[in-house]
Amino acid sequence: MMSAHAQTTGQMADLAASPEGAEAAIVVDRFCKSYNGRRVVDELSFSVRRGEVFALLGPNGAGKTTTVETLEGYRRPDGGNVRVLGLDPIRDATRLKPLIGVMLQQDGLYPMLRPREVLRLFAGYYRQPQPIDQLLERVGIDPGTKTICRRLSGGQKRRLALALALVGNPQLLFLDEPTAGMDPQARLATWEIIRDLKAQGVTILLTTHLMDEAERLADRVAIIDHGRLIALDTPDRLTGVDSATMVRFVAPAGLDCRALAALPGVQRAEEVRPGSYLLETAPQSMPAVLADLTAWLRDRGITLTELRVGHGSLEELFLRLTGSEMRE
Amino acid sequence: MTTLANTGQSGQVQPQPAQAAPFLRQVGAQFKAELLLTSRRGENILVTLILPVILLVFFASLKIIPVSTGSVINFLLPGILALAIMASGMVHLGISTAYERYYGVLKRLGATPLPRSGLIAAKIAAVLLLEVLQVVLLVGIALLFYGWRPVGSPGLAILVLALGTITFAALGLAMAGSLRAETTLAVANGLYLLFLLIGGGILPLDHLPAPLAALAQYLPAAAFTQSLQAALTAGAPFPGTALLTLLIWMILILAIAIRTFRWE
Repeated sequence: MMSAHAQTTGQMADLAASPEGAEAAIVVDRFCKSYNGRRVVDELSFSVRRGEVFALLGPNGAGKTTTVETLEGYRRPDGGNVRVLGLDPIRDATRLKPLIGVMLQQDGLYPMLRPREVLRLFAGYYRQPQPIDQLLERVGIDPGTKTICRRLSGGQKRRLALALALVGNPQLLFLDEPTAGMDPQARLATWEIIRDLKAQGVTILLTTHLMDEAERLADRVAIIDHGRLIALDTPDRLTGVDSATMVRFVAPAGLDCRALAALPGVQRAEEVRPGSYLLETAPQSMPAVLADLTAWLRDRGITLTELRVGHGSLEELFLRLTGSEMRE
Repeated sequence: MTTLANTGQSGQVQPQPAQAAPFLRQVGAQFKAELLLTSRRGENILVTLILPVILLVFFASLKIIPVSTGSVINFLLPGILALAIMASGMVHLGISTAYERYYGVLKRLGATPLPRSGLIAAKIAAVLLLEVLQVVLLVGIALLFYGWRPVGSPGLAILVLALGTITFAALGLAMAGSLRAETTLAVANGLYLLFLLIGGGILPLDHLPAPLAALAQYLPAAAFTQSLQAALTAGAPFPGTALLTLLIWMILILAIAIRTFRWE
């Protein structure tokens, strides 16, 4: 393990010196971590660009939290190397801590303090904190509330934890399951805050086991299972064109599905609802099938009103990649 | 929130980084929160302030303490002060820190700019302030109502109080950092009761059965109590053995606390 560590350290130095390395907010390079001899993260490598929203998606126990907590400086890698804003999370902790905002899975609130008191305390750790009342209102907590944290709902605690992560104006945010326990309305509001932060240039690494959260928020998604990276790309590309096997289109009702099924490469054609059609094909035939379909429609003077290609969900992709349902 | 201070117009993060507050300002913010927490938990006030006062008043008034020499208050006050210090360090600090660990507060603080040393400094300052309150309250009652007059060596008394504070605060933290919160709660309260009974602060050790007295002699509570009693008694011999015993316990418990403390 030691020799592997020394080896990768050398390579990390090269990477950091390159423009790509300097640009990256987070570099994870062949990171390994075991607990009691059980490997929970296995040679995981990825990097997060500055200003990017990057999602680690995977079931519970996939190694997401271990990875994030290593980047936050809580754990030491058994093998490989990690860099956060160009710094070592443990060795350079003093320089790194003021630059990052953290939302752990456990909120870590003082049970006997009121939301404003906790936020005021955290504001005291920074030279130029956010104005705390505005921040509380932004996450949807009444700054004047006398309710102590112990009596807040799960969603309220989560939102206060988000405020604590933001109070120091972080360049980089770690959000570990940020919307767990929130009702749909609070979840939407939280997504809105995350989008605002991205617009302001904050880099965000979030973990989630919610497919739609990753799909809606992230610039790129890394899918992790059993501590290994199994896919990494934009949500569109992960769910879309390259693996596309479905064409959905909307046109006048009553088209000849047998004629559509006879187009080269089309395996199946069906009018699922009146005027709503589904073609199935192999991914490699997709470009030809699209051309043939539009030509076939042109020849008959038919206009499409909608055309969607191969947009399976991340959920379907996950199922295909791991062969298992996402475990909650 | 309109804009982030460290974010430029282009949306790119500027080289000027967010900064931590100066160390002492962070400790100050933490200290205030620690005081607020202490005041908000009624059981803290009960065990650190009310209980010692009740013990002092009860036993000083009843005259059932079998004191061989001197007045009852001269014997009782150092013992109750020692118990109060144990309540602040072992019971209050130990239990509250154990629950902070249980609730993930300590872990969460680990991701802030507040250094561990800053957290510990704030906790020490809060405990010291509480101890000042305890001493003022107990000594005040002894002075006003029981005719106690300061005798002995105030310098030695302060040294003993400091050693006792470190010993029992470290004992509380050692439990908080290694045991489950419920276990810490039970053990801290159990030890407090034990030290009340066989610490020699209320019942003189020589009235205990001989084997128990011999054992109690070597426990930190009796060493602390006897040192403080000697420091606050006119013409008492220097409590060499008791002070040495306390010192050994202090080093031992500190070492264990430092080695075993887990923040998560």
